Amino acid sequence: MTLEERRSWLFLIVAAVAYGVYLTTVLTGAASAPLVDVDYAPAMLISIAAAIVVGILGNVTLGALTPRSEQARDVRDRDIARLGDRVGQAFVVIGALVALLLAVVEAPHLYIANAVYLCFVLSAVLGSVTRAVVYRRGF
Amino acid sequence: MVKATSVTNDIRALRAAAGDLTQAALAQRIGVTRQTIIAIEQGRYSPSLEVAFQIAHVLGVPLDDVFHYGGSHS
Repeated sequence: MTLEERRSWLFLIVAAVAYGVYLTTVLTGAASAPLVDVDYAPAMLISIAAAIVVGILGNVTLGALTPRSEQARDVRDRDIARLGDRVGQAFVVIGALVALLLAVVEAPHLYIANAVYLCFVLSAVLGSVTRAVVYRRGF
Repeated sequence: MVKATSVTNDIRALRAAAGDLTQAALAQRIGVTRQTIIAIEQGRYSPSLEVAFQIAHVLGVPLDDVFHYGGSHS
């Protein structure tokens, strides 16, 4: 497994786990109060910040643990990264459009923020899944 | 393993004919990783035209002798 393939798995796991923890926190809070009254913002910001920090530290660790001879990135890695980005970007656009529509109908901020966050996570997860599958099965 | 491309190749046989050139040595000479050579050999990745020409050049044969498309392999 190349370093880039390992990074795809790392990105996938970090994004999914961070969102899972956030969702659990918010839904636990919603058990004792209406969902729109849950103070979701701190959990969301901590979850995003933690994912970024863990992602950076994980990348550095992977780089340190991978022999220098296996760290090279070539044209195939760039092609696969581009394909993953293309898949992921679609969800960023969808998230922006959903947030726009929710803002137009004056939906609670909780729904707007969560629609954007969910699409960010879907973008990261599906982009990473695409990369991982393409590394294994080709394209 | 699913064949992801209709392009087939004879790189493995040509490497052997070129004096048992290893995947790593071929990869180093054209500036890609060994994993990319493995993926190309197994039909899991269609290389760019430039990489295809580089492979043929290193193996010392015309491009047509290395890569074949669909039923064009004679």
